[in-house]
Amino acid sequence: MSPTQWDLPPELCCRPMAFVALTGLDVTYNAIHRAIWDAFCANRRADRVPISFKVLPGDHEYPKCRTKRTSYEWYIPKGILKTGWMNKHLNLVPALLVLFYELDWDDAVWKEKQSECATKVEIVRTSLQGRNTKVAVVLIQKKTPLPPGEDLVASERAASLCNACDLSGKSLFVLPHTDHLVGYIIRLENAFYEHAQTYYYTEIRRVKSHKEFLNKTTHQLLFVRHQFKIAFFSELKQDTQNSLKYYRTAYSLVHELRTHETNMLEIKTMAGFINYKICRLCFQHNTPLDAIAQFRKHIDLCKKKIGSAELAFEHTAWMSKQFQSFGDLFDEAIKLGLTAIQTQNPGFYYQQAAYYAQERKQQATHLCAHEASVSYPTPDHLETPSGALDFYGQRAWRQGHQSIDPPHMEKEKGGILALQMKEKDVPHSELIIALLSNAVAQFKKYKCPRMKSHLMVQMGEEYNHAKDYTKALKLLDYVMCDYRTERWWSLLTSILSTALRCSYLMAHIKDYITYSMELVGRASTLREEQKSRIEKNLIKVLMNEVPEAEPDCDQASAKAAQALWSDRMSLAGSNEFTIEVQDYVPFVQCKAKFLSPSFHVDDPVQLHVYLRADCPHPVRFSKLCVSLSNQEYNQLCVVEEPCKSQDILEASSQENMCLVPGKTRIYSFKFVAKTEDVGKKIEITAVDLMLGSDNGRCVFLNWRGGGGDAASSHEALLAARSFKSRGRVPEQHVEWDTVSIQASTMIISRIPKISVQLSHEPPALNNEMYRITVSIQSNEETVTKDVKLTAGLKPGQDANLTQSTHVTLNGLEMCDESHPALLPDIAIGDLQPGEKVEKCLYVRCVTTGARIFLFHVAYALSTKVEGKDITCRCHKDETVTIETVVPFEVAVKFVSTKFEHLDRVYVDIPFLLMTDILSASPWPLHLVTSQLQLAPTMAAMDQPQSQVEHVVLQTGECASECFSLQCPPVLNGTSSVASGQYLISWKRKSWCADAPVVTTVTTLPHVMVETIPLYVHAELPSFGRVRESMPVRYHIQNRTGLVQDVEMSVEPSDAFMFSGLKQVRLRILPGAEQEMLYNFYPLMAGYQNLPQLNISLLRFPAVSGQLLRRFLPSRIFVKVHLQCLAKARFVQYTTDCCPMDRVSHLSCRSLQFIQSDHGPLGCISDQSSPCMS
Amino acid sequence: MAVCIAVIAKENYPLYIRSVPIQNELKFHYTVHTSLDVVEEKISAVGKAMADQRELYLGLLYPTEDYKVYPSHMIIVYYTPVCMFFLLIENILLYRHTRYGCVTNSKVKFVIVADSSNTSLRDNEIRSMFRKLHNSFTDVMCNPFYNPGDTIQSKAFDSMVSAMMVQAS
Repeated sequence: MSPTQWDLPPELCCRPMAFVALTGLDVTYNAIHRAIWDAFCANRRADRVPISFKVLPGDHEYPKCRTKRTSYEWYIPKGILKTGWMNKHLNLVPALLVLFYELDWDDAVWKEKQSECATKVEIVRTSLQGRNTKVAVVLIQKKTPLPPGEDLVASERAASLCNACDLSGKSLFVLPHTDHLVGYIIRLENAFYEHAQTYYYTEIRRVKSHKEFLNKTTHQLLFVRHQFKIAFFSELKQDTQNSLKYYRTAYSLVHELRTHETNMLEIKTMAGFINYKICRLCFQHNTPLDAIAQFRKHIDLCKKKIGSAELAFEHTAWMSKQFQSFGDLFDEAIKLGLTAIQTQNPGFYYQQAAYYAQERKQQATHLCAHEASVSYPTPDHLETPSGALDFYGQRAWRQGHQSIDPPHMEKEKGGILALQMKEKDVPHSELIIALLSNAVAQFKKYKCPRMKSHLMVQMGEEYNHAKDYTKALKLLDYVMCDYRTERWWSLLTSILSTALRCSYLMAHIKDYITYSMELVGRASTLREEQKSRIEKNLIKVLMNEVPEAEPDCDQASAKAAQALWSDRMSLAGSNEFTIEVQDYVPFVQCKAKFLSPSFHVDDPVQLHVYLRADCPHPVRFSKLCVSLSNQEYNQLCVVEEPCKSQDILEASSQENMCLVPGKTRIYSFKFVAKTEDVGKKIEITAVDLMLGSDNGRCVFLNWRGGGGDAASSHEALLAARSFKSRGRVPEQHVEWDTVSIQASTMIISRIPKISVQLSHEPPALNNEMYRITVSIQSNEETVTKDVKLTAGLKPGQDANLTQSTHVTLNGLEMCDESHPALLPDIAIGDLQPGEKVEKCLYVRCVTTGARIFLFHVAYALSTKVEGKDITCRCHKDETVTIETVVPFEVAVKFVSTKFEHLDRVYVDIPFLLMTDILSASPWPLHLVTSQLQLAPTMAAMDQPQSQVEHVVLQTGECASECFSLQCPPVLNGTSSVASGQYLISWKRKSWCADAPVVTTVTTLPHVMVETIPLYVHAELPSFGRVRESMPVRYHIQNRTGLVQDVEMSVEPSDAFMFSGLKQVRLRILPGAEQEMLYNFYPLMAGYQNLPQLNISLLRFPAVSGQLLRRFLPSRIFVKVHLQCLAKARFVQYTTDCCPMDRVSHLSCRSLQFIQSDHGPLGCISDQSSPCMS
Repeated sequence: MAVCIAVIAKENYPLYIRSVPIQNELKFHYTVHTSLDVVEEKISAVGKAMADQRELYLGLLYPTEDYKVYPSHMIIVYYTPVCMFFLLIENILLYRHTRYGCVTNSKVKFVIVADSSNTSLRDNEIRSMFRKLHNSFTDVMCNPFYNPGDTIQSKAFDSMVSAMMVQAS
C-alpha cells in the first residue's frame, strides 16, 4: 500500500473520453503513418470531439471477456467495484477499433491485398471476442478520390472489400494522403465518435439488462456497481446529464448498504468516489451550489462512519482527503471562471482538510504508540498476490470477504498492526502544512486576513511539531504583529509561547530574549508563576547561563537544546544585542519627555525619562542613555552603574538602577544648550536601556524617539478618556498613564531685558514724513553690546506696501523711491545698564491703509548659566500698526459767473473754478500755499494767487479757493479738455518749522468745452431803486462766420415797467455785436425777476433761448425808495416792541402795505438795521 | 444557547470574551477573531446604507458553518450602530443612545458562537439574544465609572452573559 492510498485514483479524476484504438499504423518507421497519427493526437482542443486515441499493434491482446453470466441466482458479489474496471474501459477496451490499411482502388494486386486486409480484420475480431467493440477499416490511399458515384471501380471494390471483411458500408473509410490531411482526419474522427457513442450506448443497455436478475438481499453491492458503471459509460458517451443522474442513484444506493466494521472502508471509499464524480459534474454544469450541497450531505452522512476504532486515523485521513479533493475541484472550477466569495471559497475546504489531517496526526500518535519491541508483523498481511487489491476499499488480508465478522481474528490483528506501523511513517506535518498553505493562499485571495493569520499560526505550530523551528519562527514572527496591532493579547501570548519554545530549542538568543521580554510584559496573559519562570530564564540568559527548558518540549529536543545553549555560552563575542522594542510590548516601558516644549538658551534643558517594569520581579539595569539629535549632548544624558553580574535579581528596591514592578521611576537629565542651537529643535532620537552587563551578556532595549511601544498609544488614549486621570495624584507619585511623551524641544533665545518704546502721533498722513520716535532702554545688569535696531515695514506683508513705504532717518528731506521700506541693522552701539537711547525714524507712506512696522532690537550679552559663561544674543521685537489716511479731500467744481453749476464750459466765456480743501486729518494742518497749474487748454483771467496761504485747518474744516478762468477756442464744436493740476503744500501744524513741506497734487477734472454761435451778455447796475429808472444794455455777439437772424422779444413783467424794443428781428454780421438798450423802471422792492428776454436764432434752432438766458442775469435787487425808508423804520419799531396782535387794525394794514411794497422785512434790515435777526 | 459570547471594540480588539468550555478558550478566541474578517467585509460592503437601519443583524456569518473553523459551531455576528456621543462634565459621563443613528457610529460588534448541533436555535432567538446583549452593553456604557474602550468588567453583564451561555456540563 502506498502512502498515498487516500489519493483518488487518476482514472477517477480524469475526464472520461471515448477510447478508440488504431491499428495497422507504423508510427516509428512510416512517415505517412506518423503524419496521420500526429494529426490525430496533436492539437486536441476543446472543439475536437472527446476521444482518446491509442495506437496498438495489430496482434494486441485485449482484456479477456469473461463469459457472460446468464443467472445471478447463486452469485454472491465480492465487492462493489473492481480496481481495474475504470482503467479497463478508459484505456484497454476500445469502443472502436480502427484498422489502417494502405490500399488504392486501382491497386495492381487488389485481390491479394483485399484478402490480407480481411485477415487482419479477422485477427482483431478474434482478439476482441465477446466484446461489443466495433471494427472499422480505413484505407490509406495515395490518390485523391473522385466524387462519390463517379468512380465505378471504387464503389465496386469497396463493396467487395466490405463483403470480405464482414464490414458494414459505414465502417469503411478512405483516407487519401494528400494536402488536406487534418481536414480528413477531423471528418474521420467525427465518424469514429459516432461509432463510439453507439458502443457505449449498447454497453449501458447491457449493464441495465442485468438489473432484472438481481435481488435486494444478496445483490445490494451489484446495484451500486451497475449504477456506477452506467454512469461511467454515460460519461464516456459524454452524456453528463444522465451520468450525473446515475451517479446520484449510485450514491444513495451506497448509503443503503448494510454497514459494519468490515466493509466500512469499502463503502466510504466508493461513496467518496461517487461523491467526487457528482461534485465534479455539478461544477462542470456550472451548478456550484448543487456541488456544495452534495458535498455537505456526503460529509454529514459519512463523518460518523468511523469504522474500526483502532484505525480511527484512517477515517480522518479519508475525511481530510474528501475536503482536499473538493477544495481542488472548487479551485479548478474557479480557474475556469466560477466566482467564489469570502464566505464560500476553497480555502474553507483546505482548512477543514488540514483540520482532519491534524486529527489524523493526533489519532496516529495515540493509536500507533507501540512499544519498541513490537515489530512489523510477518508475514505481511498487507501483501496481496497481485500487489494490488481486487476491489476498491477492501482489506488486503480478507479480500472479497463480505460477512459481518472478520474471518480470521489473527490475520485481522496482524493487518491492523501493519496498518498502524505504516501510519507511523506518514509525514503528517508535511501533509498538514501543505493543506494549510493551500488554505492560506485561498484566504488571502478572498480577503480574510485574520483567517490567513490564524492558519499561518497553525502552520507555524505544525513546523514546530515537525522540528523545523526556523520556518516556524519565520511564520509566527510574520503574524505576531497583526495580533499585536489588533490587541488580541490572549492570542498573542499563545503565539509568543510557541515562538519562545522554538527559539529555545534552537538556542537563538536574540529571539529568545525578545519573546521572553514580551511574555513577561503587560501584554501577556500568562499567569504570574509562568511570567516569573520566564523572567528567571531571561535573567539567566543575561548572565550568560543556560536557561531552563520550556514546558511541553520533548526530552530529546530539550537535551539537544541544552547542548546548543552551552555551545553558545562558550562562544566568545556576539554577546551584545540591540533589540528595537518600539514594535513590541516589552516588559519595561519607557517614556521620555522634555519638561517644556521650549527652553531659553540661558536655562538648562531638562529631560525626564520615565521607566516602569511590568514583570513579576524587580529588574536591574546597568545603563540608561538618551540619544539626542545633536549628539554632543548624548554624553550628558547617561546613567551608568557598573553592576556585578550576579546581583541582577537581588538588587534592592532603593537602588537607583533597579526597576520595581509597577513603580514608575524617573531619571532626570539637565544640560545647557549650546548657543548655536538657538532656534533649532532638539529631538530625542532614541532611548537605550542596557540590561545585563559587559562581562555577561548585554542587551540594549532601544526605543526610537521618546519611547512608547506597540500598545502605549492606545493606552494613552484610554487614559486620556478615563475619569481616573482627573483625580489628584501626590507630587512624588507619578501616574504612568498621565505621562505623555515629549520627544522634542526648541531652544529659543534668552528673554531680552530691554525696553523698546515708540512714540508717534497716529494716524500717518498720506505722503508726509511721519515721525516715529523709538526709545531703547537697557534693563540688563551688564553692558549690552552691539545693539542694533532694525526698523521699518515688517516683512511678509503685501508686496505693494514695500513699494509704497519709505523709511529714513533724516527727517529734513522728503524721501523718495530710492529709500527702502526697512532699515536693517542701525548700529546703536553699547548700552550701559539703565541707559536710554532715542532714535527718530521718518516714514513716508505713499498709499493709504494699515501697515505693520517692526522695531527689532538685537544685542549680545555675556551671562553665566550653571557656572558656564555663554554669550547670548537677545532680541526684542516691537511692532506697531499704523494707519495712513489722506490729510484732506479736495473737491473741484466748475461754476458759471453766476455760481451756477456747469457741466460744460463755453469757449471764450469766463467761468469759475472752485476748490474746497476739507481736512480729514485728526491733527491741525497748516496749508503753506496752493498753486494752480493750468493746462494749455485753459487760461486764467488774471494772475491766480493762492487764497489759502498759511491757513490752519482743524479737523473737519474746509478751505475754499476760487479762480476765474476762460477757455480758448477749440477745434471741434465740443471736446473734453484737461484743466491742469492743483498743488497744495502743507504740513502738520504741530511739527517744527523746518519739517519738509508736503506737496499734494490734485489733478483737476477734464471739462467739456463747447463753442456757441451766439453770446449774450447784459450790462446793468448792481441794484435798482423803486420808481427810479435803470438802464440795461444787452450785447448780442455773433460768434459764427455767418450772418445771424435773431428774433428777440422782452416779456412784460409785473415788477417793472420798461421802455425799449419789445419785439425785434435783427441781423447780426459775423463777429459783430448788436447792442440793445432798455430802461427798466422797478415797481416793487426786493429781489425781482427781470423781464425775460427771449432770443431765438433762425439758423440755429438748436440753440434755444433757454441756453442763452443762462448768460443773462435773471433777477435784480430793487431797493426801497428813499421816501419809504422812514415809514419802514416805524413799522419795524412797532413789530419789535409790541406783539403783533396788539397792533391796531390800521397799523396792520399799513404794515401789510409796506411789506408788499418793499419786500420782506429782512431786506430792509439787510440794508440798514443790523439789529434784526 | 451560545457557547461563546464576545464584544469587540471598534478597533477590533476584544472588550469582553467568554466561552463555555475553558479548555478550548484559545480556539474560541481564534474563532471570534477570524469571524471579524466577515464582519469587516459586511460592514464595508453595506457601508452607509446600513447606518440608518434600526438593527444591524449580520446573520449567520459562515453559511458553511459545519465545515470550517470549528466543526460543531456556527458563528453569528450582530453588529450594532450604537450611535452615541460623550459629554464629560465633572466626571459624569452623559451617554445618549439612539438607534436612529446620527452622531457617530460606535461600531462595536457582538459575536455569538452557538453550537450548531442545537438546531432549535432560530433566527429570532438569536436576535433576542443580541437585543439582550445590546441592552446590557448599553447599561455598561451608561456607568459613569466605565471608561469607553476598556474591557468590560461588570457583574451584571457577566450574569446576563452566563444566562445566555450553554450550561457547562
